[in-house]
Amino acid sequence: MNVAHQHTHRAPLHIAAEGPAAIAVCNLTVAYNRHPAVHHLTGNFRDGSLTALCGPNGGGKSSLLKAIVGLAPVVSGHVDIAADRKRAIAYLPQVVEVDRGFPLKVLDVADLGHWRRSGAFGRLTGAHRRQSLAALAAVGLQGLEQRPIEALSVGQFQRLLFARLIVEDAPIILLDEPFNAIDQRTTEDLLRLIVGWSNEGRTVVAAIHDLDMARRAFPEALLIAREPIAWGATRDVLDDANLARARALAEGWLENAPVCDVPA
Amino acid sequence: MLHDLLIAPFSEFAFMRRALIACIAISLSAGPIGSFLVLRRMSLMGDAMSHAVLPGVAVGFMLFGLELWPMALGGLIASLLVALLAGLVSRVTPLKEDASLAGFYLISISSGVLIISLHGSNVDLLHILFGSLLGVDDKSLLLVAGATTLTLLAFAVIYRPLVVECFDPGFLRVAAGGRASSSIGGPGAVAHLVFLVLVVVNLVAGMQALGTLMSVGLLLLPAAAARLWAGSVGGLMATTSGIAIASSLLGLILSYHLNTPSGPAIVLVAGFLYLASLAFGQRGGVVRRYWPRRHLAH
Repeated sequence: MNVAHQHTHRAPLHIAAEGPAAIAVCNLTVAYNRHPAVHHLTGNFRDGSLTALCGPNGGGKSSLLKAIVGLAPVVSGHVDIAADRKRAIAYLPQVVEVDRGFPLKVLDVADLGHWRRSGAFGRLTGAHRRQSLAALAAVGLQGLEQRPIEALSVGQFQRLLFARLIVEDAPIILLDEPFNAIDQRTTEDLLRLIVGWSNEGRTVVAAIHDLDMARRAFPEALLIAREPIAWGATRDVLDDANLARARALAEGWLENAPVCDVPA
Repeated sequence: MLHDLLIAPFSEFAFMRRALIACIAISLSAGPIGSFLVLRRMSLMGDAMSHAVLPGVAVGFMLFGLELWPMALGGLIASLLVALLAGLVSRVTPLKEDASLAGFYLISISSGVLIISLHGSNVDLLHILFGSLLGVDDKSLLLVAGATTLTLLAFAVIYRPLVVECFDPGFLRVAAGGRASSSIGGPGAVAHLVFLVLVVVNLVAGMQALGTLMSVGLLLLPAAAARLWAGSVGGLMATTSGIAIASSLLGLILSYHLNTPSGPAIVLVAGFLYLASLAFGQRGGVVRRYWPRRHLAH
């Protein structure tokens, strides 16, 4: 019997601090082949908040981000996004989900950030092009504009995807493991960008594994291990008791789980 | 001498000119179609769909004889049906798309061969499988040219979403329309669907000239070869068309002088150029890989 599955979702959650929600998650369940990856999650990403999304591998961090942007199967519940932001979420996929061998140039990828304004047919103006070049300079890729992307290192490629995010200029930014396989210097550079976005009033959610970084740079945190564990101020969320519970849950995942009886 | 070898076959015989024009038209389609089949890792899917054309062609043949339009229409329907069914099977069963596609195309080709041999001769079967390039008439020339025109125009429309869909499939669904349109898949999925239809249209259009089995060769082989030379999507498409046209020209001349079937000759030339590219290609060719130029200072 999967104890974790039965009881933890009824534990009270620290709902993120007051203020209008940019993203409201309501009793959300995401499942693959009936196995829940995110299980009955409820809470708000406050407008302008900077949230670290923490938890073990397979704990549903990516699935939650994907469900918010509509890329993962929502089984029950829903995600509401502030009406004026609906079409304005920028999403950073994990690097493995992008074809890094595709014959595109660095500048082409940065230009993609203009999609919402240009669409499939619109022309890129000189102003658009200048924004792309400025974004590439801001992530430290100046001089590499004409390189094929297959020539970039993993770190440089992540910088490039961040340049695309800058060009997208979205009020809500979701980052799926932005620091995987990234060296220290690049990590620090990219983290500075993230904090900068937050200071500009954007709502930012980043799935990360580095708990020290979460405590240092992210005011708010959401800890999930399929079941939501805690959501609120980072130092409260990432305490020893909660982390121990996340670990215990991750160890208890079973192949033959019983059917969930919580009302949808 | 050179004139006799290269020009005379075309200046003297109208059927050679027609064959060349048909092949050049297919080659122009091959640029975008072949390139994206290779870039999307769908080369085998293209091959499978070319086989799936057959039962439709066979039914058209059974009902109307060796008539172009019923056979082409039948082929179009059968191939699209198989592509759709394969996609459906991969979604609702644990079989991946390649396995379900392989299953369907094996069923298709065997039923197609059966129908044709029950209602026609072996000559008819050979004609349908391998085409008769030297018997291209006005109707089939129009079909090929029409397919190419449609392909190039449609690609002008779907090009940008298709590139993005290949590079980062999630991006378009998030950036264009967000959650509201994700249920129907957004512009990337539409572009993909249009692309699939174009693949089938070109396979069917090439049927008279090269046959259902050979036409995929002129679409795919040049693109696979070009991938070892070109570094951009545009360059890839241009190089692909160039290699396809060169293969057509050389193949036709060879088949004329050596008195061999022209479809296989063209595809074999394309295959030779593919092998040569594998060896000498500037981007990942074997020679460059094992005998690299000296590395740069920084």
